[in-house]
Amino acid sequence: MEDKNQQPLETLQDIKQIMERSSRFISLSGLSGIAAGICALTGVFLVTQKIDCWKIGNCLLNRLASEEGLDLKRELYLIAAGTFTAAFILAFFFTWLRSRKNNVPIWGHVARRLMWSVAIPLIAGGFFLYQMIELKQYELIAPGCLIFYGLALVNASRHTLSEVRYLGYLEILLGLINCRMIGYGLYFWAIGFGVFHIIYGSIMWWKYERNS
Amino acid sequence: MKNPINGLNKNFESRIRLGVMSILMVNEEISFNDLKQVLEVTDGNLATHLINLEENGFLKVHKGFIGRKTNTTYSITRPGEKAFNDHIAVLENMIKGIK
Repeated sequence: MEDKNQQPLETLQDIKQIMERSSRFISLSGLSGIAAGICALTGVFLVTQKIDCWKIGNCLLNRLASEEGLDLKRELYLIAAGTFTAAFILAFFFTWLRSRKNNVPIWGHVARRLMWSVAIPLIAGGFFLYQMIELKQYELIAPGCLIFYGLALVNASRHTLSEVRYLGYLEILLGLINCRMIGYGLYFWAIGFGVFHIIYGSIMWWKYERNS
Repeated sequence: MKNPINGLNKNFESRIRLGVMSILMVNEEISFNDLKQVLEVTDGNLATHLINLEENGFLKVHKGFIGRKTNTTYSITRPGEKAFNDHIAVLENMIKGIK
């Protein structure tokens, strides 16, 4: 009798698990977040080495807009591209590791959906911000990145661990505050892309991966 | 007293069929290959169960093409949703009955 009573509970648990596995990308690793956060902080540190007056606030914007800012701009682009690439590769690596451990294929219909839901706000935002750089409107680039990234996360949270939503809300909020504090973008990036990622990643790792 | 087990849907006795229904509940539309991947079953096995579910009117089949390859996708019907929810309700009642 005991055995029979166990069955419905097990069945319901199986159903829940299969629903989750078939509709959400659950292999996203907390370590990916931590790694991306460390990359972001490293990137911000490298930039501060290039810009000596970053503590004062908006001096950077004037320098970028001037003729002599061209070289500096190129260097900053390189750091940004390097940071992004390193963060992306490391984030992908830890998630790949976890999906292998869980025996879930990394590329399936859920991953495809997740990718699109992230890509659409990011591509639209990226194009928009690029256009602003072309027009030499640098003031809102830093908050813009945070806001579009936050929107992408909120959008993606339907297809992966739902906690991603809260990270998205925080990024948007941070971007909005940054809108009122122009010139301090680097601080905000360090918090949004660095600190928040590390905190989020640590919580996720603690919650889901610590025991596995 | 009515035995709650009578309320269980016979069609969902198979774990694969119940699995297919669970997946369709949370995915608007899903392809044969994706179903196969999630459930980890063979083509023939899955196909048989899908035909059964289709004959019962629990799912809709959409045949399409991606290039020249056939791409069959499945989605749940209203009666399918109802049958699944009823089945879950019975399972839940059985658990409550124990406590």
